[in-house]
Amino acid sequence: MKKKAFSTVMSMALAGSLVLAGCSSSDTSGDSGESSSGDKTVVKMMHLWPEGSSNAQYTIVDDIINAYEKENPDVDIQTEILGNEQYKEKIKVLSASNELPDVGITWAAGYMKPFVEGNMFASLDDIVQEDKFVAGTLDAFSVEESTYALPLELNITPVYYNKEIFEKYNLEAPETYDEFLNVVKTLSDNGVTPITLGNKDRWTGSMWYMYLADRIGGPEVLNKAINRTGSFEDPALVQAAEEIEKLVDMGAFVKGFNGLSNDEAKGYFMNEQAAMYLMATWELPNYTTTPDVAQEFKDKVGYFKFPTYEGGKGDIDSYVGGPGVALFVSEQSKVQDEAKDFVSYLVEEWGKRSVVDAGVIPATVVDTSNGELDQMYVDILNDLGKATNLTLYADVQMSAGVADVHLNQIQSLFGGQSTPKEFAKTQEEALAAEE
Amino acid sequence: MKNVMSNKFVIALYTLPALLLILLLIYVPITLSGYYGLMDWDGIGEMKFIGLENYVTLIQDKMFWTSTWHSFLLAIFSTASLLLYLAISLVLASKIKGSDLLRKIYLIPMLLSSVAIAQLWMKIFDPTNGMANKLLEMFGVENTPIWLADPAIALYAIFIPVIWQYAGFYILIYYAALKNVPDEVIEAAKIDGASPLQIAFKIKLPLISGVFKVTIMLAVVGSLKYFDLIYVMTGGGPNGASEVMASYMYKEAFKLNNFGYGSAIGFGLLVICLVMTWITSKLTKSKDDVQY
Repeated sequence: MKKKAFSTVMSMALAGSLVLAGCSSSDTSGDSGESSSGDKTVVKMMHLWPEGSSNAQYTIVDDIINAYEKENPDVDIQTEILGNEQYKEKIKVLSASNELPDVGITWAAGYMKPFVEGNMFASLDDIVQEDKFVAGTLDAFSVEESTYALPLELNITPVYYNKEIFEKYNLEAPETYDEFLNVVKTLSDNGVTPITLGNKDRWTGSMWYMYLADRIGGPEVLNKAINRTGSFEDPALVQAAEEIEKLVDMGAFVKGFNGLSNDEAKGYFMNEQAAMYLMATWELPNYTTTPDVAQEFKDKVGYFKFPTYEGGKGDIDSYVGGPGVALFVSEQSKVQDEAKDFVSYLVEEWGKRSVVDAGVIPATVVDTSNGELDQMYVDILNDLGKATNLTLYADVQMSAGVADVHLNQIQSLFGGQSTPKEFAKTQEEALAAEE
Repeated sequence: MKNVMSNKFVIALYTLPALLLILLLIYVPITLSGYYGLMDWDGIGEMKFIGLENYVTLIQDKMFWTSTWHSFLLAIFSTASLLLYLAISLVLASKIKGSDLLRKIYLIPMLLSSVAIAQLWMKIFDPTNGMANKLLEMFGVENTPIWLADPAIALYAIFIPVIWQYAGFYILIYYAALKNVPDEVIEAAKIDGASPLQIAFKIKLPLISGVFKVTIMLAVVGSLKYFDLIYVMTGGGPNGASEVMASYMYKEAFKLNNFGYGSAIGFGLLVICLVMTWITSKLTKSKDDVQY
């Protein structure tokens, strides 16, 4: 009898310990959710620049945090760092369980919208200093006139080209679309891949389309189609699609572009197997400062603005681009005031250092006069100063569902599975269905 | 001790931890995903109950049926390739020289992670610099295929690494089963004058038919819920040409923020898998197992 009782107790203990083990792990994670350690106010921050893969950004943020903690000894900033994709996933999971960090990173418009509508992000109207940001960048982070995140990055998209290849065939950086077509034709006649494009990622092809739409119909026509004051079946938008079709038929793009990711496509440019590459300015470090890239290659890279279209309404200083990541403050945060204070501090300090230290163009206005910058950066920043318009990436402007239709149609248009008319019609239907 | 083990209470108690874990980690999520399928939910904000709307959309969703068809194609191909694996294992098990080394070579793909395999094959399939097209060019092919970018062949191009990836696994299973065939039976057959082919078809194969049925089941279910290589290599593209059920579910739930609809797809996937498992087991059922 005694023996039996013993076994029963043992087995209960076994079962119990399992249950307890389950609890204890969740207990610890619960603990860290508390908002004070000792006397200090803890502000939790999540960002996506791991020390290994984005060392420059990591160091800037780390330095800023240290400086901030020195100035505010009663605040303790705790960071959690994840890579880009993991970060995106984790933020979604955390927001579903109402456990967002006090400060975190978000992307613009379509990505941010569900968070704002779900009341996850705090309005930052009380700390935003509009004159410090490049005009137009805050719009992408505003919902109904209220700003919900402060952007850290800004990118525009020039066409990079290989000067050596151009020289070999007596070509010059084109300023009009006809000149551009001539460049494409000459290169492809000589068996050189004119343009590399990683259209598996789809937004890459979207940028080509957006530029053509802008140059032909002016900056408003695409925006209007998306915000429903216009139509996607606008003649200019169909014409832009026809131009894409022509380029594809001319063999302008690298073979198999619909199966190449952007990184793979970039390889063709970096290995000098393709002459041109349309990409955002986040590529600039590769052509200027990154030590892993040979100086010889860096010297060969130039850039030109997307050429103007004859009879088109868009001018050469209008860009496709947009702010990259931005900082949000959680609505649920118990330390919202401290978090907001830290965010405005971080944005300001980031603006002073990001170009020089990390090659990232901040969304705040940059002072280029101190001469520390590579010439290509100075040129781009000057161009940015002269910009007449900045059109936010179409897929970012749209909601996730419509963006997917747009991106799929881009892939079909480039791949020849959709005609320009079908391309415009399908997107018009998707946009109209969402109204 | 014997008393304890026959005590119903103690039996229940001992099975409890495992039962709880299975309930918590498997059945609860399944039920929950069926339940989320009834919701209009973006995965972030408020849930809204919409009844069976998601499931109605699902049945009318062309893309879902296209991806289901792709999953079935994969199931057909991987089941067919079982015959190839079986042939290889028959050769390996027949004590030829170097069979040990070959077995290990076949096993290597199994040790690689799916993402590594995907990266490797993406390099092979690169339309300009890839090994596949370089080889074809060497043989004088002029219009080399663009593999992952061509909607007509992208799906089949991915089948190649999938079939390659699982070769080692099935060969290992068959090899072990063949090694279990008793030597005396084979020797008896040899004395009776059976040829090696006769031994393979009349003795070895019937004796491992049980294992063969299991592998068919594994291949069918595994293919229906297949995800990894497709996701990494094409992401279901170009324009849905290589979308399978699991990648479509992932895309709807996590990329397009349709968590409710994604859950409905997941539940549909579960139902299809269950039905197929049932059909496969019916089809492969024989009255009694072969014994000698």
